[in-house]
This record gives sequence, C-alpha cells and structure tokens, in this order.
Amino acid sequence: MYRTAYDSDVTIFSPQGRLYQIEYAMEAVKQGAATAGLKSNTHVVLVAIKRNESQQKVLALDQQIGASTAGLTADARKLLDFMKSEIMNFRWAHESQIPVNWLAVEVSDKSQKRTQHAGSRPFGVGMLIAGVDSQGTHLYQTCPSGNYFDYYSCAIGARSQPVKTYLEKHYKEFPTCSREELIKHALQAIKASQPDEELDTTNCSVGVVGVDEQFTVFEGERLLPFDEATMNLERHQ
Amino acid sequence: MDAPITRTLEPINTGTSVVGITYKDGVLIASDTLVSYGSLSRFRSIQRLVSIGPCLIGASGDYSDFQHITDLLTQKVDEASFHQDGFQYTAPELFEYLCRVMYERRSKVNPYWNRVVMAGSKQGKPFLGCVDLYGTHYASPTVATGYGEQLAQPILRKEWHPDMSLEEAHALLEKCMRVLLYRDCYTINKVQFARIGLDGQTTIEPPAPLTGTRWEAPLTITLP
Repeated sequence: MYRTAYDSDVTIFSPQGRLYQIEYAMEAVKQGAATAGLKSNTHVVLVAIKRNESQQKVLALDQQIGASTAGLTADARKLLDFMKSEIMNFRWAHESQIPVNWLAVEVSDKSQKRTQHAGSRPFGVGMLIAGVDSQGTHLYQTCPSGNYFDYYSCAIGARSQPVKTYLEKHYKEFPTCSREELIKHALQAIKASQPDEELDTTNCSVGVVGVDEQFTVFEGERLLPFDEATMNLERHQ
Repeated sequence: MDAPITRTLEPINTGTSVVGITYKDGVLIASDTLVSYGSLSRFRSIQRLVSIGPCLIGASGDYSDFQHITDLLTQKVDEASFHQDGFQYTAPELFEYLCRVMYERRSKVNPYWNRVVMAGSKQGKPFLGCVDLYGTHYASPTVATGYGEQLAQPILRKEWHPDMSLEEAHALLEKCMRVLLYRDCYTINKVQFARIGLDGQTTIEPPAPLTGTRWEAPLTITLP
C-alpha cells in the first residue's frame, strides 16, 4: 500500500529530496475543517467551520491568546495542552502573559522534533494562533513540518483556497478595520469554503481578541449578534 | 571522591544598605561602594548598583551571590533579545522572576544571601521592588535594605511624596546616606546614585564622596 518505498519513515529522504511522512502530515491538515484568521491594528479574529456542533475548533488559551486548529483532533489537543502549560509556566514565573511569538516558536520547535526521529510521526495538525501582547496584534500559523508564519490573514484546512482568495483580495483593508468589520470579513471569508451551505449557529465558531479585550469564543446563540452585521448567518432551525 | 555538597551558611564579602525612592520621572537608588569582609572594610570601591536590560538593581548582603544574580538576569534578558521580535521583559516581570529564583534557592536551603532592590517602570509609572533571601517581596515607593530598613525607611516614609523632583529625591537619599554613615559601622563615605527614567533610560552616577557630614565634638555644635 506504500506510495513509494521512501514513505515508511519520517527520517528517510526520497531520491528527490522529499520527506513523504511530513507531506502526508501536511495533507492531514488539508483534510480538517477549514479555519481562518485575520487581524487589524487593534483586533485579531479567528473563525472556523465545525463539522459537528460539539466540536471545539477555536479555544481561548490565555487572557489575550487563543488558537484554532485543523487536522487530527487528538494531536491538536496534545499541542493545545502543551501551549496551556507553557502559558501557565510563563505566568507563574513573570506574572504576565507570554509573548505570542514565543508561543508560536515553542509549538513549532515541538513539531519540528517529531520530524527528526525515526519511530515518531509528525503532528497531523495545523494551527492558527491569535493574540495581543506588548508588541501589538499577532496571527501565526504553525505547520506539522515545524515551520511557522506571521500573517496579516490566513486560512488552513479543507477547501481553504477560496477563503485565502477572499482574504488576499481584501487584506489591505484589514489594518484599519473596526472589530465588527473584521468579524464580518472573517465570516464572509470562511463562507467561501462551503458555497453550498449557509453558516448557522451550529456549524461555525468565532474567536475575538483585542487590545482592550480578552480572547472570547463565540458559539451557538452567542453568534446571533453578528447576524445583522454579516447578513449571511442563518439562525439554525 | 566527589566533593561534599556545600551551602552558603553565612555571607562572606558583604555590602550594606541600598536605599531607593520613586520620584515623578522615575526611580532613584543609592548605596555606598564598600564591600566588607566581616568588620574589615576590605574593598572600598565596588559598584553595587547595576543596570540590566529594563531595570536597575542593587543589593545588600553577599557580594558574590549578587554577582551571580546579576549574571542570571543578564543571561535571561539576552536570551529574550535573541528572539529578535522586539520583545523586552518589563521590570516587574524580571522582578517576579527574581522572586521565584530567590524562593527556589531558600527552598533548597541554599539561599542567595541578599536583599535585592529592583527599579524600573511599569506602564508609564515608576516601579520599585525589594526581595529578600527568603523570596519575600513587595513593591513600594520607598525601599531600604539592611540597616537602611531601620534607619532610612522611617525618614523616607515621612518625607517622600509622589511628585518629587529629581533634585528633591537626590537630597532625600543623600540625607539617608548621611544618617547611615553616622550610625552603620559597615559604611564608608563614598556613595553612588543611579536612576532609571520612565522611558527606561538608566544613568549610573560615578561614585563620589558624601558631603555635608559634621564631625565636630558634640559640645561645639550649636543646636537650632
């Protein structure tokens, strides 16, 4: 069942110089339900598609840090637990919040280690980390390969290409957007990943954090206030 | 044979009081430049006020432990700068970290034998904190360690007010250093002032002789 003889082990390069196990892990991210993030000068918004109403796609991790995931749920939980403990350790030592960048570095280092040893597999999860710290607003994407990227706006997961297209078209407006405008953009962007289905209170989740606002997850009925702003969020019958 | 585990059972080369106050544009701290060996005035020109990243620290107690603390904090500040993301620890963050370190060491029954004063700023306001060898810590607009706790702190609390100018703050600390010179056996008349502004700008003044002391026999002093 192997595609090639070179994909049984994460440490073996193919003759073309590729690491198939890592590529498969990156592929697992693309199988997960889509999630997108975007930031202005004052706010960061995460939005995610939920395939199941009880799914947790967007999570608050600290007062002003949150994350959304796409890929293997079990791996996501492991990474999120790790992030929570890093956050707690920093808080214990300094009585303040860890810089968002450091958290992204910690996660990517941990992911990278799993690409280094035979006998382990890479994490099959991609993550968007949103937060505010003394350096301003931040949005980071992490990959199973150990790479991480700093974005103005970004989308990962299944059918995220049209979402990216939307974000690429509008990203120049984002820096000066208000909180409400940013949420509206987020919902309109994520809607591009499922053209045949309307967004409703059961199939999406929104996370918002601002310079003067703690990270808050909006799900279910709490999404309804955004309804008017977006005009595309239908109340679930 | 492995060497037996040894612990600091008493401080050896010691510095005496450090005093500090906040003023309207920052924090001013002062100490003398003596490091004693028991009751011997062994090293008479040692700086006990150091600038580290976003803060100023000064300490009384064992001088080698203070050097070690200085190295620890410098290393921590440097490691943060290696991220090259513009982040810098704030003085209160470093202070909290130092408190954890002090408490960890006392829990190993091998404390850093110091009372450390840390000065900096926090969200545009002056920050001044103090931690001892047990990890006990507090932040206060007036701080004094060693004999200063007994002799200078009452004067500071009485005369300090929040909108002090640098000159007023300087005069107040000088007064305290004078009292300490009179009453504390382990001081000398060579003192040093250092200040840190709300913008994090540190200025460490060169050590200078303490002026304004009077040494006439008591009978010749005319009381006011």
